Amino acid sequence: MSNVYDIIIIGGGPAGLSAGLYGSRSKLSVLVIEKGKFGGQATTTAELENYPGSIENCTGPALTERMKKQAEEFGTEFIKDEVVSVDFTSDIKKVLCKNGEYNAKAVIIATGAEPRLGGFEREIELRGRGVSYCATCDADFFEGLDVAVIGGGDSAITEAIYLTKFAESVTVIHRRDSLRAAKSLQEKAFNNPKIKFIWNSVVTCAKGDEILESLTVKNVVTGETSEISVNGVFVFVGLNPITSVFKGHINLNESGYIPTDENMRTNVEGVFAAGDVRVKSLRQVITAAADGAIAAVAAEEYINEKFNK
Amino acid sequence: MIEVNKDNFEAEVLNYKEKPVFVDYWGDKCETCKQLMPDVHKLEEKYGDKIKFCSLNTSQNRRLAIAQKVLGLPTMIVYVNGEKAEVLTPDKISSAADIEEMLKKF
Ligand SMILES: Cc1cc2nc3c(=O)[nH]c(=O)nc-3n(C[C@H](O)[C@H](O)[C@H](O)COP(=O)(O)OP(=O)(O)OC[C@H]3O[C@@H](n4cnc5c(N)ncnc54)[C@H](O)[C@@H]3O)c2cc1C
Repeated sequence: MSNVYDIIIIGGGPAGLSAGLYGSRSKLSVLVIEKGKFGGQATTTAELENYPGSIENCTGPALTERMKKQAEEFGTEFIKDEVVSVDFTSDIKKVLCKNGEYNAKAVIIATGAEPRLGGFEREIELRGRGVSYCATCDADFFEGLDVAVIGGGDSAITEAIYLTKFAESVTVIHRRDSLRAAKSLQEKAFNNPKIKFIWNSVVTCAKGDEILESLTVKNVVTGETSEISVNGVFVFVGLNPITSVFKGHINLNESGYIPTDENMRTNVEGVFAAGDVRVKSLRQVITAAADGAIAAVAAEEYINEKFNK
Repeated sequence: MIEVNKDNFEAEVLNYKEKPVFVDYWGDKCETCKQLMPDVHKLEEKYGDKIKFCSLNTSQNRRLAIAQKVLGLPTMIVYVNGEKAEVLTPDKISSAADIEEMLKKF
């Protein structure tokens, strides 16, 4: 058989990069396949202040760039391609991409997650025209303008605070009457004069001719609707795992996440999962990196047992 | 790639008639945009004889971008005779292959 890697890692976010580092540092041959941008979701945040040690110069892009470099220095190979199908039925696993096929003794799935849609009318049509899922990418456009943020969790509130550096006003629209975000974030948000809140409310419709001009907001308690004028809306209402490629090849839970044991093993021998794609309680860079490390070490043990006896 | 801005946008894009004009809207803080850039340069080598390639830094030309109805990054637009013929908004771009699909139409 042509070139067989020890480990193929699918996805180049924090989980994949950390698995690459640990794998190649153990002198294994490791390939990371990434379809979009190395660094994954972490590249979409400018405020990564909860990764230990990240006090200075710790934007998401800066941190993950360093992670990639570190893995590269230990010999991890990287390619840009999209995995479109897999075959996990034999000892040598096959990973099929748009532009080639790769083989490995073990596979680590680190495909992460993507933002869930807000679920309002014309959301898709106005994407990139005022509807955004990435404040870091698009905040610039809204200098001096009014924007809204949908959501009440850590991401929503962190990004709302970030947006106040650009926007004239930031209106947080949340379907409950209190925030889920960490207390310290809540405090910052409540004390920020540019941030307003609309509680118990959901966005039902986006309006505008080619670009966003206003949102229809519905109070879920009273049923009343109102209109707010904004040029941008940033949606942070949770995540969906990126696992459709693996359906039928490994077990997924009802939401599409991959269940693993504490060594990141899936139900298929030699196939591991790490990061946001996994069933877990805390989806962050630190836990993604930790998963990646554990998965790489478990994969190494598996390879030694299975192939080197 | 020609770097277009508020001073030359009209001449290089809107009033240019010889071939379709591709504009890569990017920004200083858009990581996806920056990671796509080398691939876009490769696409220029491949399609440059049929399509004119431009890039526009929206961080420095915000008003111009908004006037073109661009409010999200990355956005890729092909203009024909000064009119928008194809638009790829950020959700439709997961890799350079998506951009190539659009360019193949011209
Ligand atoms: C706006 C925002 C703010 C955040 N803020 C923080 C924060 O302050 N602190 C913190 O700790 N965490 C934060 N997070 C969460 C953090 O970014 C994620 O937990 C982390 O990135 C998960 O890493 P991952 O490697 O598991 O997945 P991801 O980062 O999602 O990376 C997965 C990668 O796999 C690739 N991929 C998917 N499918 C394929 C395929 N078929 N073929 C090839 N490649 C594929 C994707 O393109 C992606 O690059 C934030 C997230 C968001 C969205």
